[in-house]
Amino acid sequence: MAQHKVNYLQDAGLPVALTTVDKLVQWGRSNSLWALTYGLACCAIEMMASGASRYDFDRFGTIFRASPRQADLMVVAGTLTKKHAEFIKRLYDQMTEPKWVISMGSCANTGGMFNTYATVQGVDRVIPVDIYLPGCAPRPETLQYAVMMLQKQIRRESAFQKLKPKRLV
Amino acid sequence: MRAYQDRKNLQKKAYYSDRFFKAPPVPRKDVSTDEIFANDLKHLKSLVKIKDSYIELDQLVVIIEPKDICKVMLSLKQELEYDFLSELSATDFLAKSNQFEIFYQLLSMSKRKRLRVKYMISQDQAIDSIMHIFKSADWAEREMFDMFGIVANNHTYLKRLLMPEDWVGYPLLKSYPLEGDEAAKWYEVDKIFGKEYRDIIGPEMRDSATINIKDTKNFARVKHEVPYGEKYSGKPTDFGNYQEDGGVPLISKFKKENSKELNSRK
Repeated sequence: MAQHKVNYLQDAGLPVALTTVDKLVQWGRSNSLWALTYGLACCAIEMMASGASRYDFDRFGTIFRASPRQADLMVVAGTLTKKHAEFIKRLYDQMTEPKWVISMGSCANTGGMFNTYATVQGVDRVIPVDIYLPGCAPRPETLQYAVMMLQKQIRRESAFQKLKPKRLV
Repeated sequence: MRAYQDRKNLQKKAYYSDRFFKAPPVPRKDVSTDEIFANDLKHLKSLVKIKDSYIELDQLVVIIEPKDICKVMLSLKQELEYDFLSELSATDFLAKSNQFEIFYQLLSMSKRKRLRVKYMISQDQAIDSIMHIFKSADWAEREMFDMFGIVANNHTYLKRLLMPEDWVGYPLLKSYPLEGDEAAKWYEVDKIFGKEYRDIIGPEMRDSATINIKDTKNFARVKHEVPYGEKYSGKPTDFGNYQEDGGVPLISKFKKENSKELNSRK
C-alpha cells in the first residue's frame, strides 16, 4: 500500500474550513438552482438562449428540469393566460420547498401589452414572485443577472426557515 | 381646427378616434365579367335561391338563405371543385340589424379561384354544421361557438375551443368589453382561490404608467430594495459581493496584475 504523508503545516494548511450550517446549506442551494422549464411565449426563446452554450446556465448550477418535483426555481417566461392560470398554480404547488419564482418579462410582471380579458395581469396574482425581471423580452444576460441576484438573496437567508408566508400563500 | 386635448396623462387615454374615418368602398364587378364564376353561379342558381352575387377583389361572393348551406357546400365541393374550406366564421352586426353574418371562404385548387358564401342569421338562430362535408369546419365552428355563441346543429363535439369551458360570455361580440366583464376580471382568482380572496388580491391594476417607489408592496427600486411591505428608505442597499467573504475554498481569485494579454491568437 502506498504510503504518503502530507505536511499540513508546510503545504496549504489544514484541510479544514470553518463556516456555519446556514452558509453551507445555502451555498449548496444557491449553486444548484434547478429551474422548471416554463416557457409560455417569446421570452422562452431568451430563456433557452440563456441555457445554451453562449450564456451557459450550467456554470451557475442552473439546469432546466421538465418536472416540478425536481425543480426549485420557476422562471415564468411569457404571457400567462387566464385559462392557464390554474395549471401554473398547480405546478408551483408541486414544487418542493424551498422554491423561488422569477417573473420574466413584461407580460409575466403586469400583463404587459396584453391589457385584455384573457390575460392574467401579472403572475403575482396567482403565485408569489421573488424577482421581477423587466423587459420585452429581457436579454439572456438580464436573466443571468436575475439568477445571480436570486443566488445572493438565497445566501443571505437562513437555511431552516419555513417559507415565509408571501402574498397569497 | 383640431379639438382641444388635455396634454396631461396622454398615455392613459386612447389618442385615436375614428371620427373622420370612412371605410373606402371596395369596387364590385358583375359576375358576368368572369367566365368561370359565371358558370359556377349558373349552376348554383339551378339548385337554390341566390339572394345576391358579385365579384369583389377577384373573389366571387354569393349570398344565400341559411337553410340552403349544406346543399350549396356539397355542390361546391363535389361538382364545382371548390375542395378547400380555408375559413369559416361570423361577424357581429347585432347593433346594426340584430343579425350575425356567417361567411365561408373556399378555394379551388384546380380552378385557382376563391369563393365566399355568406348568409345572415338572427341572434338566437342556430346554423347547420357542415363538418360532414369539410373536416376543417370542425374547429372553425367550435371557435365560432366559443367567440359568438352561435350553435351549429349536428356538430358532433360542440364545445369551447379557445376559452376555458366555464368561461362566461362570448368575447368577440362587439358588446363584450376588451378588459372583460365581471366574470372575466376575477376569473383566475375565483377559480383558484375562491370568491372570498377577491378582497385580499385586489382588482387588476392595468395602469402600467404608475410608478410609486414608496409602495414597497408593488415596487422595488433597483439597488434600494427593502423587504416586502417595509418602509421605503432612500439609502442604497448593500448586497455585498457576489462571492462569499474571502472567496470559496479551492478557487483562487482573479487578479489583474497576474494576467497576461495576448495580441494575437496562439
